[in-house]
Amino acid sequence: MNVQSNSYTFIYASVMVLIVAAALAFTATTLQPIQQENIRKEKMQNILTSVGIECSRDEAVDLYKKYITTSYVINSEGGIVEGVEAFKIKLAIENKKVLAERQLPIYECNKDGAIYYIIPVRGKGLWGPIWGYIALEGDYNTIFGAVFDHKAETPGLGSEISTAWFQAPFKGKKIFDETGKLVSITIVKGGADPNSPYEVDGISGGTITSKALETTLLNSLQPYESFFKSKAE
Amino acid sequence: MAKIKKLLTDPINLNNPITMQVLGICSALAITVKVEPAVVMSISVLFVLGMANVLVSLLRNTIPTRIRIIVQLVIIAFLVIIVDQVLKAFMYDVSKQLSVFVGLIITNCIIMGRLEAFALGNKPFPAFLDGLGNSAGYGMILILVAFLREFLGFGTVWGFKVIPEAVYNIGYSDNGLMILPPMALIVVGVIIWIQRTRTKELIEN
Repeated sequence: MNVQSNSYTFIYASVMVLIVAAALAFTATTLQPIQQENIRKEKMQNILTSVGIECSRDEAVDLYKKYITTSYVINSEGGIVEGVEAFKIKLAIENKKVLAERQLPIYECNKDGAIYYIIPVRGKGLWGPIWGYIALEGDYNTIFGAVFDHKAETPGLGSEISTAWFQAPFKGKKIFDETGKLVSITIVKGGADPNSPYEVDGISGGTITSKALETTLLNSLQPYESFFKSKAE
Repeated sequence: MAKIKKLLTDPINLNNPITMQVLGICSALAITVKVEPAVVMSISVLFVLGMANVLVSLLRNTIPTRIRIIVQLVIIAFLVIIVDQVLKAFMYDVSKQLSVFVGLIITNCIIMGRLEAFALGNKPFPAFLDGLGNSAGYGMILILVAFLREFLGFGTVWGFKVIPEAVYNIGYSDNGLMILPPMALIVVGVIIWIQRTRTKELIEN
């Protein structure tokens, strides 16, 4: 058989593509349920981490049931939206909608007798999406804990937003200033003022990701502003 | 036996893909900020290059010459996607660390280079050894560069602080320049320099 002929080349290429496509499609569909389950458990784990409950991904399912007492969805006016499950809401889709139509999830956590309100945040990083969870104390102002994650930020630089040293200083910061304006948190390059309740340290070499996270926080918290204010009063 | 040994050791020193052939430089710059991703990247490249070399070597007599590059690319991409999917399902944490770099293995010119230069003309077993040797040579330089950059840039190794607080107190500070890509190039250059001065075979007249 002539390996160099046109017809052989065409048949070879077509058969190769068919085999590879079939093998990849098979792998992807077989593994998809396991991958989805990993993502679901990780989301529960992240929500728990934001209120300081450290656990493995497998423990997360049980602990989530134990600590997260309720979750609900609000709109930007502060009213409760009925009939929607908060956990199933995809922020990537919600963020594209106009403000009035957005569905905003809130998770309520009861830990050691205190109630915390967990708000999901999501936005654009340097290379891909970044997201996280902010746990607020009962005053809807003081941050109790924060956790962030990312799809593709530069390892060792921007990806540091998912590490404890970066997230820990968020605890105790405030999102409203004295005049009641939502200022969110500023991530400062070159060191935050330790006395300021609105600033945390940025990441050396990861300034673009730091600034992107700052924008993400503000954009994600703003729709909740009227809800927070009505509740806090 | 000597031939087998040569296949494994040559790419580590005399024919190192990074320092002698200057291939795979882009990944050597991008992922050598810290040791951990560099190690995981080296292992992934070891798997992909070993398997791809064997597959291409098995198919070498059936591949039409005019589309051989495309065939090689399809095989590499196929293996990389499998690795990515399996990691996501069973080693979720590792896959998160590697993030974009798994995909970047496809563009690593060392893999393409070995398929084209060796696997297409040799039997599967030597091709497999060649794959192992070259990914070891690649990984060795990668980890060495990552070690130097993490140590001097952050004062850590594998994420653990190794430079004691006392040293910082007397005025030492981490060199922020080390974590930027240009320093990786300079570190690789210094390694090439040292290697060339120390190895007799490489000294040019």
